Amino acid sequence: MASTILEMRDITKTFPGVKALSNVNLSVEEGEIHAVVGENGAGKSTLMKVLSGVYPAGTYDGQIIFQGQECQFKGIQDSEHRGIVIIHQELALVPMLSIAENIFLGNEHAKYGVIDWDANENRTRALLKKVGLREDPKTLITNIGVGKQQLVEIAKALSKEVKLLILDEPTASLSEKDSQALLDLLLEFKRQGMTSILISHKLNEINRVADKVTVIRDGRTIETLAKQDISEDRIITSMVGRSLDDRYPPRDPHIGEVVFEVKNWSVYHPLHADRQVIKGIDINVRKGEVVGIAGLMGAGRTEFAMSLFGRSYGRRISGEVLLNGQPIDVSSVSKTVEHGVAYVTEDRKTYGLNLIDHIKHNITLANLGGVSRHSVIDDLRELAVANDYRKKTNIRASSVYQMTGNLSGGNQQKVVLSKWLFADPQVLILDEPTRGIDVGAKYEIYTIIARLAAEGKAIVVISSEMPELLGITDRIYVMNEGRIVGEMPASDASQEKIMRAIVRAEGKAA
Amino acid sequence: MSTESAPAPKSNVAEDVQQGPRVAVSALMTNLREYGLILALIAIMVFFQFTTSGTLFKPVNLSNLIQQNSFIIVMALGMLLVIVSGHIDLSVGSVAGFIGALAAMMMVIWPLGPLSNPLVVSIICLIMGGLIGAAQGYWIAYHRIPSFIVTLAGMLIFRGICQALLGGGSSVGPLPPEFKALSSGFIPDVIGPLTLIPPTVNAAGKTIMGSGLTLHMTTIVLGVLAVLAYAYFGLSTRRKRERHGYEAEPFVLFVAKTLVGSALALFLVYQFASYRGLPVVLLVMGVLISLFVFITKRMTIGRRIYAMGGNVKAAQLSGINTERLTLLVFVNMGVLSALGGLIIAARLGQAVPAAGLGSELDVIAAVFIGGASAMGGVGQVIGAVVGGFIMGVMNNGMSIMGVNVDWQQVVKGLVLLGAVIFDVYNKNKA
Repeated sequence: MASTILEMRDITKTFPGVKALSNVNLSVEEGEIHAVVGENGAGKSTLMKVLSGVYPAGTYDGQIIFQGQECQFKGIQDSEHRGIVIIHQELALVPMLSIAENIFLGNEHAKYGVIDWDANENRTRALLKKVGLREDPKTLITNIGVGKQQLVEIAKALSKEVKLLILDEPTASLSEKDSQALLDLLLEFKRQGMTSILISHKLNEINRVADKVTVIRDGRTIETLAKQDISEDRIITSMVGRSLDDRYPPRDPHIGEVVFEVKNWSVYHPLHADRQVIKGIDINVRKGEVVGIAGLMGAGRTEFAMSLFGRSYGRRISGEVLLNGQPIDVSSVSKTVEHGVAYVTEDRKTYGLNLIDHIKHNITLANLGGVSRHSVIDDLRELAVANDYRKKTNIRASSVYQMTGNLSGGNQQKVVLSKWLFADPQVLILDEPTRGIDVGAKYEIYTIIARLAAEGKAIVVISSEMPELLGITDRIYVMNEGRIVGEMPASDASQEKIMRAIVRAEGKAA
Repeated sequence: MSTESAPAPKSNVAEDVQQGPRVAVSALMTNLREYGLILALIAIMVFFQFTTSGTLFKPVNLSNLIQQNSFIIVMALGMLLVIVSGHIDLSVGSVAGFIGALAAMMMVIWPLGPLSNPLVVSIICLIMGGLIGAAQGYWIAYHRIPSFIVTLAGMLIFRGICQALLGGGSSVGPLPPEFKALSSGFIPDVIGPLTLIPPTVNAAGKTIMGSGLTLHMTTIVLGVLAVLAYAYFGLSTRRKRERHGYEAEPFVLFVAKTLVGSALALFLVYQFASYRGLPVVLLVMGVLISLFVFITKRMTIGRRIYAMGGNVKAAQLSGINTERLTLLVFVNMGVLSALGGLIIAARLGQAVPAAGLGSELDVIAAVFIGGASAMGGVGQVIGAVVGGFIMGVMNNGMSIMGVNVDWQQVVKGLVLLGAVIFDVYNKNKA
């Protein structure tokens, strides 16, 4: 059949004190979509950095054979020159430049340094057509959504005569619809004969598009599965090295009185004053209950949560928040926190952590009063608290003095959770608590949520992953376009029912 | 039981054992960086001691050095917080100049009666500084106008007001001696001097200046007490950590640090005691430095400032009122700028239109030499103080050597650039 386009043999890469990769083998055939999966920190990204020349030849052991030739890439330019293009998880686009400028950045059609804009724009138009993006090449990147930005990245890759396209978690920040479109695009490229390597956590996506799956764990290749052997269970077992009979920890809910209640909550857009983002929402959460809020991207779930939390989002906010039947003042974050409401943000790097400070300082930040007397911090008590939560939430770090910026996504999320656990809230709102986290860490987060509910806290989980909501919640609200369009007990819910509620609402709205 | 079924937590014992040496190594590394700066200062001092053939460490020169640079260090304490919180303040030199002029007008020109008492004037001036800081901080904190722009405007405005107050190019003075004591005074010797070697008397029956050795005993006693307290607190903190089973920094390192620090301090104390004792301004500075070390290391407000500089959004969502905190940081800067202005005026004995001109750059340079990050969130009080002294010693040493002022600036610029490059290089390596 097809020939092998890429072969990586016995790749070993050592960092001071750590063996990141040991004898990894990867063999990719021409024209296939090859998925690489593994837990965070398993070595996927390191492997791709070796392949693309970020770690130049000589800093690792082993061979890279591309199109039958052994390659010694000295840098990214080298590998791109051969047609290997990598698209990183964090997009590398300049927000205030146009699509065309971004696509040909550093590679402009120019003569003696003078840019030929017409040529650039025409080429851009052709490329955008290929990726199915209908936008003016002059549109600024900042004015298009993440899904479209991802497509621009791919168009940029295509402009470089790509032979092997590597996508590092391309759908991590995309909505369901954009993800589907992206995967369709990958399949289309495959039909045209392009080879892709897809790194992803989302096993259903891999199931859908991948021809082969290579599983990496602890810096080693575990196995490569052919199309007919790919199944979620098989991949998970292989990824975590043990079988997870259940992806969600068992719970025995003891649900009590209503603790937290929001009545007729309305919010307007911070910039467009007449656009109502949240339209009269009523929800309640009981003691010991985990309530989910389902919905598509853009349904307004994060906006709802942020506006509740000290009015951190929006304008002209109206409505009532009750805690244990009493109305509470949520006009500032500190007041909200004082009442015992905590919100764990969706974007932990931007909103959750001080990445240039260590674990200890991050954990105590929301409750410095808990480790100080008369505003003087008791260093030892703080250290004890940090160590305690590190153990409770199983943060994997050399010590609590490790910078949070150097932790993996799962461990960063545990630090954010620890911060809010130490603030000891009655109500905990978790926004996409497992986004971009590997399967093992997800299970740990679920376990923490279950334990908190068992302790009698009221918990709200916002998630775009429906199986997750079905797996860990007791009751699910469905949200669409700023409204609650459905409510169902989790035992009675299914992905179809949730989708039906959304679609029905869309029909009504139209 | 059910909630514990998933990944078995690692055994705590094993973790701690593994953790021990690594923590020690990292403690050593951070300490090396911190001490690198102090070692640099010592190296520079030794260098100038050598090139000025011993003038640098002469008691009289040490006193001068302190009196010339104290205002930079005082303002650097405020600037450190400003820079850590992710801002900058370009107006400090002008504010200092304006406050100096205001103080002089109140004490010398305006008929204020009892209000022209130096103490009253100083207090009013400090409050005025706080108000100026609040006025600038208000726009920065509550209206999100970049601090660079607000304080650039402040720099022009207050220099202008300073010159206008003094009526064009004239200077106002002389200032009362009680006020001048803030900068050029020495603490009184309440214990009484101790004469070790009586001064030589010449044939005419007059004592020869600088001969003999008389020690200012109050200075000696204060110095020894300070060193003992330093060692005692270091030791007791260590004990407490050990009692709770936490790894402290390696003992050898601790002893070395304490011994070198104490020896250096005692040497300086001895030098001061053999001249006229501790300069008042050094005492003021010492108290302020200790206060700011305490605020940044141990108080919740300090921690919040670092968190705000590290990630302002995360700080807000953790319940920190970042607007008020920013305002406070600038109020603090204003008060310290005012104090800087008073110190300058007291040293000159008069208010001049150019007082503090360009000193904002020295202050900012001191903070960056001290290892603060221009992005905010990183920086230490001790670093800024040592940075200030590095600048001061270089100024003083080069002046004694007779290096042209033009070239002094070139050297200072190179040192600033070098220090920051060294920092960035270190960070990337880590």
